[in-house]
Amino acid sequence: MEIAVCIKQVPDTAEVRINPETNTLIREGVPSIVNPFDENAVEEALRLREKHGGKVTIITMGPPQAIEALKQTIAMGADEVYLISDRAFAGSDTWATSYTLACAIKKLVAYDLILCGKQAIDGDTAQVGPGIAEWLSIPQVTFAVKIEVDGKKAKVERLLEEVNEIVEVPLPAVITVVKQINEPRIPSLKGMLKAKKAEIKTLSAQDVDADQTITGLKGSPTRVVKIFAPPVKGGGEIIEGSTDEVVSSLTQKLRERKII
Amino acid sequence: MDLRKNPNEQPNWKGIWVFAEQRDGIIQSVAFELLSEAKNLARTLSCEVSAVLLGDEKIEVDPLFEYGVDKVYVAAHPELKNYLTAPYTSTLAEMVNTYKPEIFLIGATTIGRDLAARLAIRINCGLTADCTGLAIDPEKKILQQTRPAFGGNIMATIISPNHRPQMATVRPKVFKKIKIQKQKEKNVIKFSPVIKGEDLLVKILETIKDESVKVNLQEAEIIVSGGRGICDQKNFKMIEDLASALGGAVGASRATVDAGWISAHHQVGQTGKTVAPKLYIACGIAGKIQHLAGMQGAETIVAINKDPDAPIFKVATYGIVGDCLEIVPALIRKVKELRI
Repeated sequence: MEIAVCIKQVPDTAEVRINPETNTLIREGVPSIVNPFDENAVEEALRLREKHGGKVTIITMGPPQAIEALKQTIAMGADEVYLISDRAFAGSDTWATSYTLACAIKKLVAYDLILCGKQAIDGDTAQVGPGIAEWLSIPQVTFAVKIEVDGKKAKVERLLEEVNEIVEVPLPAVITVVKQINEPRIPSLKGMLKAKKAEIKTLSAQDVDADQTITGLKGSPTRVVKIFAPPVKGGGEIIEGSTDEVVSSLTQKLRERKII
Repeated sequence: MDLRKNPNEQPNWKGIWVFAEQRDGIIQSVAFELLSEAKNLARTLSCEVSAVLLGDEKIEVDPLFEYGVDKVYVAAHPELKNYLTAPYTSTLAEMVNTYKPEIFLIGATTIGRDLAARLAIRINCGLTADCTGLAIDPEKKILQQTRPAFGGNIMATIISPNHRPQMATVRPKVFKKIKIQKQKEKNVIKFSPVIKGEDLLVKILETIKDESVKVNLQEAEIIVSGGRGICDQKNFKMIEDLASALGGAVGASRATVDAGWISAHHQVGQTGKTVAPKLYIACGIAGKIQHLAGMQGAETIVAINKDPDAPIFKVATYGIVGDCLEIVPALIRKVKELRI
């Protein structure tokens, strides 16, 4: 079974701030991590390989430093990894990103299954997985919490708002996974040594047959016109007193504001 | 892969569409919220507001007219009864290409986000996810779509200058649904979808109901959430009691879900749900940034926590420093007393 997993290196979003004077992102000193949902996708791919045999190929599109993210997946046990990196990709939105990743997958993997995290924690769009599926004209199943592969089809349990839905999908397909699907493994010492020594293959737009008129900013229908810090809520009022007093005071305030 | 290069010609694209998401034939609140906001946007654009509804032959269009839509486009087909990505995408792509709306708004639910992401590639347009603000640029007449990113630490305004429709998914509960007084003539346009076999590859085998979910979190006006500070799984009972006394839903922090105290359907935060109720009561929740990202859109936040330095107090409208195990039961008694 050939599995492709798309990952993204993201800043640890808890640390990202806006410079209020320039309204630009402050990236200095912010650690980079593998998008947590993508770690779950890698873990799921490794588990499926352990069960069904085959190969796990990791693909990321990003700047040269994304090699570190790929190395982490080698340490976890991935068979092959590729960095897709080109100046032509700069400024890609989800439309152009899904196109580029679809080109790379098509070129590099005889895929039975493509796994992605449900969304990246920086952009939070959840659009790239379905986008890849559309470019490759294969089915998508989003928000997976359980995947069982049986020959040329998979049974997938999806985590929805109020219910779980079980669907059957023929392979190949794109499946995006949620956090609850598994607990990503800690890389072994052997894995880490292997990752350290690994040479990471870097491919350009041309290498993956991506049409450069529709990659990067040129190929992106959307434009970010402004970024700004969210309005600060600021600490409110601390209600003090005995249990009875605080409860009375709170309910009174909520009633005055017609909330309860 | 076919190349989708040419921006869609703009002048022919007119009007605002709202996807009328239905589940079991019931049109979801978010659709009414978006229709109400679409009417505001339509005033600046001097255009019509239409709803687009997919379902089976029994689907009811009437509720949409209570929110002042000019037209309802309906595609009825047995295979559109329940949401499935492929037949919905193909049908909507056909409809968009036939009627050419300038703006297309979709609720940012699991259905909406699954659908919009696929549709945007199919019809070659830009898509902004999970918006919390919409406006029309008064000069250029284009849609300004504002959304949180980086876990809510940053807001970004995004436009799609050259592609049509301008498509966005919008978070539930951001806009108020407003019924209109006088209904217009019921203008229903029926669209006959052609569903191909290749769009029916995915089959729904089973839907498992989570009995612990009594009120949908994302639709709830009031949410009471429990965190580690409630100390024990069995204390979720008091969270449920407070929620039911207030007519609200039960939320949970990631720590409690990971500990197996409650199912993942209740989880609020970056890896769970994003909610924006009128009132959010955080009981024993420290308020890590990942949790705050999921609930700081709430109108009023009440935090109850033993630790006076807990970050939750930084976003709380009202804070109570104390033990949930004492405060929450007292609060339940008080709420019940006031309701009598």
